Amino acid sequence: MATKTQEKAAWLGADIIVILIVAIPVLWIVSLSFKNPATITDSNFFPRSWTLENYKGIFQTSLFTRALINSIGISLISTVIAVVFASMAAYAVARLAFPGKNLLVGMALLIAMFPAISLVTPLFNIERVLGLFDTWPGLIIPYIAFGLPLGIYTLSAFFREIPWELEKAAKMDGATPFQAFVKVIAPLAAPGMVTTAILVFIVCWNELLFAISLTATNNARTVPAALSFFTGASQFTAPVGSIAAAAVIITIPIIIFVLFFQRRIVAGLTSGAVKG
Amino acid sequence: MTVSAPASTSAKPAEGGRRRGKAPLSEGARAERRLGWLLCAPAAIIMVAVTAYPMVYAVILSLQRYDLRFPQAAHFIGLSNYWAVLSSPYFHEALVVTIIITVVSVAIEFVLGMGLAILMHRTLVLRGTLRTSVLIPYGIVTVVAAFSWQYAWTPDEGYLSHLFGNAAPLTSRAASLAIIILAEVWKTTAFMALLLMAGLSLVPEDLQKAAKMDGATAWQRFVKITLPLMKPAILVALLFRTLDAFRIFDNIFILTQGNNGTGSLSILGYDNLFTALNLGVGSAISIIMFICVAIIAVIFIKLFGAAAPGVGTR
Repeated sequence: MATKTQEKAAWLGADIIVILIVAIPVLWIVSLSFKNPATITDSNFFPRSWTLENYKGIFQTSLFTRALINSIGISLISTVIAVVFASMAAYAVARLAFPGKNLLVGMALLIAMFPAISLVTPLFNIERVLGLFDTWPGLIIPYIAFGLPLGIYTLSAFFREIPWELEKAAKMDGATPFQAFVKVIAPLAAPGMVTTAILVFIVCWNELLFAISLTATNNARTVPAALSFFTGASQFTAPVGSIAAAAVIITIPIIIFVLFFQRRIVAGLTSGAVKG
Repeated sequence: MTVSAPASTSAKPAEGGRRRGKAPLSEGARAERRLGWLLCAPAAIIMVAVTAYPMVYAVILSLQRYDLRFPQAAHFIGLSNYWAVLSSPYFHEALVVTIIITVVSVAIEFVLGMGLAILMHRTLVLRGTLRTSVLIPYGIVTVVAAFSWQYAWTPDEGYLSHLFGNAAPLTSRAASLAIIILAEVWKTTAFMALLLMAGLSLVPEDLQKAAKMDGATAWQRFVKITLPLMKPAILVALLFRTLDAFRIFDNIFILTQGNNGTGSLSILGYDNLFTALNLGVGSAISIIMFICVAIIAVIFIKLFGAAAPGVGTR
């Protein structure tokens, strides 16, 4: 028994070290967001006096609120479209025989590895000519393109695990193809689609290079892009506090996803990359 | 991409023979083809429109003198932009910085990621909590994490700087690179570990037990059994992370803006577009970057042979 307890203690120690390493940088930015201008440069890990001024401040400027609306809108629209198109393609890849399938899969793999910087210069010029520069669609379209490979890989892995014989069985029992799809297949496919949606959303929510290259104003600038320009010449009284508060706000959805969908995210990441 | 190769064939065993046969397609098979193309069309069109077309356009731009300040004066100049880039000291510096960051961070991530994968796979306590918490660096916005590191290392302000005697590492080149690598490792080790963990779960427990009975030490079992069986997962993890690290942008853009000789190739490309406004040179950098990535991918696939992603599936 003693060795068992010792072993457990060793694992516990290792677990705690990892959790601390993960948590400290996040807690630091949270701590900064609650510090007041007088103590923000005191280099204490925890605030000596707490304030909500930083949060009040950022929500009073359109700079942040507008960027937040852009971030939410652009990420959600990109995610929905990417997941719908990826589901269609993944269904075809997993279930149908047609020439060109390997080409599609290969293309998706290529794009997943594509250096975004290679596209920045040409896309910048194309979007200027088409009038897409500094608009929502100007970011949504590239985000869909980069969300698709992830979606196709993850979803085709999920779709291959679905017992499709159930569909046939339902039809034999007298269900129409539509009923068979809605009552049998859709519930089985839904978890994979939710997982994929979360992964694609995280990618879009995170993106910086396109967000700063293909926008010029608040019109379409997302929070990461706006944050990266807060430094130096800032409209805020205390840029560090404001940046920290904005950073905490945009971290909240990530924390929620991670807490509620941990298992699915792990399954999605690994199925897409290893089994896909 | 590698492990479940038989799954796709077993899902539709009836079609296996037909696809290879030269027999004329039945009506059903033709309908299936049409449906397949129809379902893939939207995804394929968007991917081509956003990547293939701009790449072709980049090739054309890269052969021109094209300065956004004098767009009328654009004209064909052959490969001059490429020579200008390849012989520029800025390019050499960015290339060296990118290679250092890629090699060092992927190496550290692989070692730490393997440890973390084993920990997540084997730990007897807090397994769920551990898996949840490692997803936070993966999911967190890179810009947010980069700001956290930047403030932590700001003298008179950050806890880490304070801890190290008011150090100011972001003002010197080597220390800045170390901080950039630290930020990169913190953010992406979890991703590497999750991919490796998926590989670990494919190593049969019985094999481990049998080797243990035969007197193999833990290290011997790891090197002789676990590692070889994990090869496909290792390839995928290393390939994805190497290509990802090679295009590093966000962390550097926040931490140093590429000052003190810490700019990567992506930073160079961005700066060229927005400070020099030179589309010709910028496009040449794009193409060179793309070629580098292609070379890395080919090296990996050659190194690992048939275990490469996409080979032997479907």
